[in-house]
Amino acid sequence: MIAARYQTAFRLYPYEKVTDQEASSAVRHPVVIIGGGPIGMGLALDLGKKGIRCLVLDDHDGVGMGSRAICFAKRTLEICDRLGCGDPMVEKGVVWNLGRVYREQEEIYNFNLLPEGGHKRPAFINLQQPYFEQFIVEQIREQQAAGAPIKIRGQNLLTKLEQKPDHILLNVDTPDGPYQIEAEYLVACDGASSPTRNMLGLGFEGRVFEDNFLIADIRMNADFPVERRFWFNPPFNPNETALMHKQPDDIWRLDFQLGWDIDRKVELDSAKISKRVSEMIGKDIEFELVWTSIYTFRCCTMKDYRHGRIFFAGDSAHQVSPFGARGANGGIQDIDNLGWKLAAVLDGGAPDALLDSYHDERKYGAIENIKNSSRSADFLTPRNAAHEMFRDAVLDLVKDFEFAQPMVNSGRLSMPCTYDASPLNSADALVGGPTRTRPGSPLSDAPLSSGYLLDHVAGQFAILAINCDAPEVFEIDGISVEVHSLSGADDSEGHLAERYLGRSGSALYLVRPDQHVAGRWPAFDADTVATAIQKAIGRE
Amino acid sequence: MGDLILTPNIPNSDDFYEALLNVHEGLDEPAMHALNARLVLILANHIGDETVLGQALDAARKAT
Repeated sequence: MIAARYQTAFRLYPYEKVTDQEASSAVRHPVVIIGGGPIGMGLALDLGKKGIRCLVLDDHDGVGMGSRAICFAKRTLEICDRLGCGDPMVEKGVVWNLGRVYREQEEIYNFNLLPEGGHKRPAFINLQQPYFEQFIVEQIREQQAAGAPIKIRGQNLLTKLEQKPDHILLNVDTPDGPYQIEAEYLVACDGASSPTRNMLGLGFEGRVFEDNFLIADIRMNADFPVERRFWFNPPFNPNETALMHKQPDDIWRLDFQLGWDIDRKVELDSAKISKRVSEMIGKDIEFELVWTSIYTFRCCTMKDYRHGRIFFAGDSAHQVSPFGARGANGGIQDIDNLGWKLAAVLDGGAPDALLDSYHDERKYGAIENIKNSSRSADFLTPRNAAHEMFRDAVLDLVKDFEFAQPMVNSGRLSMPCTYDASPLNSADALVGGPTRTRPGSPLSDAPLSSGYLLDHVAGQFAILAINCDAPEVFEIDGISVEVHSLSGADDSEGHLAERYLGRSGSALYLVRPDQHVAGRWPAFDADTVATAIQKAIGRE
Repeated sequence: MGDLILTPNIPNSDDFYEALLNVHEGLDEPAMHALNARLVLILANHIGDETVLGQALDAARKAT
């Protein structure tokens, strides 16, 4: 019997009996993914598109209820473009770039998260998490129809795992009883309370924040601006904070900070919530409560994201406060990082050591996310008199003095991680090159005469040769590298030069399959690039 | 920029000290703390240099 742990919004992968369940010995799969949320499904899609056989096991058969992670960042959309599911997300999502901060009722500060042009994708879209997951699964279905080797098994519950020298043995329970399978690699994408993590007896290091936040998703027709609006000490929630965000389908996300000592049952009473909402949006506006929840949060991480043949990604590996939208966006960056490495080891002859760099790079990313989201939480939830005194001082000063604006912290919104210290990087050799595209950075998008840059560089190693000669094709040890030769003629708006050349007249970039820069030089040299590729796949 | 200046640097330090007391005149204790917090942030922004600010935090913490 597979017990339901939560209610599903819609069924996407109902249970079906498969031949593995009848097999006389356990069938082996190259990659087994535990958990069919956005992170697990995103990884399955990435691997499947690369021709790597993968199997997703989920103990439910669809997408969980509730809008949950509603803010998807530009980098996530760029990754989803690479996976083939970015368009429906942006079409359905609510695009926003602007945030406003109020104290009581007065606006004290606003910020534009994408102050420059020349990007295909906006800073953020708001989209209910079930839609986000649905669009990934729809793309998986399309890829499966085209032959991608992805399998999804609903109502398949992992009950036990054993690490063997060259595989992992899994016990899986189903409505038809248990069966066993083997996995060469296993990726646990099974969320904050990760059963896989618990089975291995692994823990977390980090901090719990003593605060509660009430989410109320409401449906209403109102012409409030499509912006992130944040209040300190508003009259409708004195001494606390509040947040308002638009989602598709005329749904609005309202967040009310409640403090630590509350009675959850009392606060979740729908009459009480409705009263709060009316006080916030105005008593004459009609609305309907769609979904309510109270959340607390912690900022924490596992010590190691790799344990032998087992990897942890998304909330199973690390958790953050919700301020900054760094949870799902961080998790998508995890699988962006892990997908090509698993494929390179399983299929491309890369050494096992490449997989160690997943931990190196993504723990570095998680620590950055935890640092930022802890700082936001400390600003919103002062832990002592000094915290409160300086928070209030910043809010006092910001009305009159511009210098205090960057100190107002209502959430430092998710930015992609630059893997500065990565062992896969080659030292920066482009004198005068822009900081934003240094080795370790994700590519910055730029409009070219043939479309956006990021749409051209998707899924394998690539070379960008800007104002310099390079061979039309380049291959080393079975790794083929796409070569994109670009010049001023492709760059009528000058964004490419600004983002990739800086003060240099020419540049050659080596780009990883996850669109991060592995190295850059002023010109092509076959030996130098070959050495850099070896480094980028873990062959030092 | 160089190091934090920890030798006398205000030409007439008695004048400044008196002004610092006067600006607190008539405030209750929470208001005094709030004023000092604003003052710290204003001065810190003026200094700007992270090394100097770090040295100032260390010096303040040590001097008790």
